[in-house]
Amino acid sequence: MASLRDLRRRIRDVGKIKQITRAMQFVAASKLKRAQDATLNARPYAEAIDEVLADVAAVLSGEDHPLLGTPEKGKRLIVLFTSDRGLAGPFNTNTIRFVARAITEHQGDLAVVAVGRKGRDALRRARVPIEAYFDGFGDRPSFADVVPLARLVTDDYRSGGYERIDLVYSQFVSTLVQRPALEQLLPVKPSEDTKGIPGNQFIFEPSPSAVLEQLLPRYVAQRLFQAVLESKASEESSRMVAMRNATDNADDLIDDYTLEYNKVRQTSITREMIEIATGAQAR
Amino acid sequence: MPLKLEIVTPERMAYRDEVDAVTLPGSEGELGVLPHHAPLITTLGAGELRVRKGDTVELFAVIGGFLQVRPDRVIVMAETADLASDIDLERAQAARREAERALESGYHEGADLSAARAALQVALLRIRVAERRHREGPRRRG
Repeated sequence: MASLRDLRRRIRDVGKIKQITRAMQFVAASKLKRAQDATLNARPYAEAIDEVLADVAAVLSGEDHPLLGTPEKGKRLIVLFTSDRGLAGPFNTNTIRFVARAITEHQGDLAVVAVGRKGRDALRRARVPIEAYFDGFGDRPSFADVVPLARLVTDDYRSGGYERIDLVYSQFVSTLVQRPALEQLLPVKPSEDTKGIPGNQFIFEPSPSAVLEQLLPRYVAQRLFQAVLESKASEESSRMVAMRNATDNADDLIDDYTLEYNKVRQTSITREMIEIATGAQAR
Repeated sequence: MPLKLEIVTPERMAYRDEVDAVTLPGSEGELGVLPHHAPLITTLGAGELRVRKGDTVELFAVIGGFLQVRPDRVIVMAETADLASDIDLERAQAARREAERALESGYHEGADLSAARAALQVALLRIRVAERRHREGPRRRG
C-alpha cells in the first residue's frame, strides 16, 4: 500500500494536471467559436463563386480550359490538412489514418502537400514523397495565407505534373463529430447549374473564357481556405472534448486517491491506538 | 424598385443592403448598375465602388473580383472590399512607403517584384479612396 506522503503527492500532481487541462479546454472552446464564425463568414463568398463557376461551366466545356475537364489516370497530388500542435484528441490520428488508406489504395505515382506539422511528420515516417510543406496558418487563418498554397497547387497542375489534385481534411460536422473527407479539387468539378437563371442567359464580359481564367485561381484558393477553416474548427472542438474528458478523469482520480489516502490514514491511526492500548495493558 | 446588393469577400460579407445604384471598376472600364440590369457576369479591376442609396453615397476600395448581376440581386465578389471610412489612412501610407522601398531596393537585385507592386497598388487605391471621402465627406445628393 502506498504511503501517505506518496498519496498526498499524487493528489497534488493530478490537481496540477487538471488545472492545465481545464485551461486548455476553455482556450479551445474560445478558439472553436472563432473558427466556427470564420467558417460561417466565408460561406457567402464560397456560394457566390460556386454559382458563377456553374454558370460559366454551363457555356464552356473541358477543352476550353485545362483546369476543367475530366481526370486522367496519372500522377496524383493530395493536399493534407492537419494541425501543428498535438493534444487534440483523435483529430490528427483520424485524419492521418484516413489519408493513409487513400494512399495505399492508390495505384501509381502520388505525392502529398502537407499543411500542418503533424501530418508532415507522419508522412515523413511513412516515407511518402512530400511535395511541399506549409505551417498550419495559426489561429486566425486569413485568405491571404492560403494564396501561396493555391498558386503552388495550380501551377503544379497546369505544368502537367499532376493529373488530379485532392484535398483531405477533417470536416466539421458538430462539436462531437468531425469526419475526415477526401474531395477532388482539380480538375474542377462545377456544381450543376440549377440555381438562379441558366448560365447561357448571362452576358459575359469580356468573354466566358476570360471570366473563367480569373475565376479558377480564386475558386481554388477559396476551396483551400474553406478546408483550412473546417480543419481548424475540427481541431479545436476535438481538443476541447479531449481536454474535458481529461479534466473529468482527473477529478475521478483525485476522488480515488483521496479515498485511499483516508483509508491509509485511518488504518495507521487504528494501528497506533492498538499499539498504545497493548502497551498500556502490558504494564 | 431597389437593387439588392451584396458585397462578399472570402473572409466576410462586407455589405448587404437595398440600394438605388452602384458604380464599379469593371475590367473594361467603369460600370454602372441600376435596377433591371440585364444578367451579367464580369471581371472587376481594382478601384472604387460607389453605392448610392437615397441621397447618400458610400465608397469602397475593392480589389480583384467579379460581378454577377442576377434578376433578383447583384453580387460583388472581391478579394478585399474596404469601406472608405474603415480604411486606416496612416496604415495605408505606411504600406505604401514599405512597398516603394521594396521596389526601390529590389529593382537593382532583379528580385520578384510582383508582390511589392501589387502591395503598392493596393496601398495607393486605399489612400485615394480614403482621401476622397475625407475631402467630400459622406456625400449628399439633391
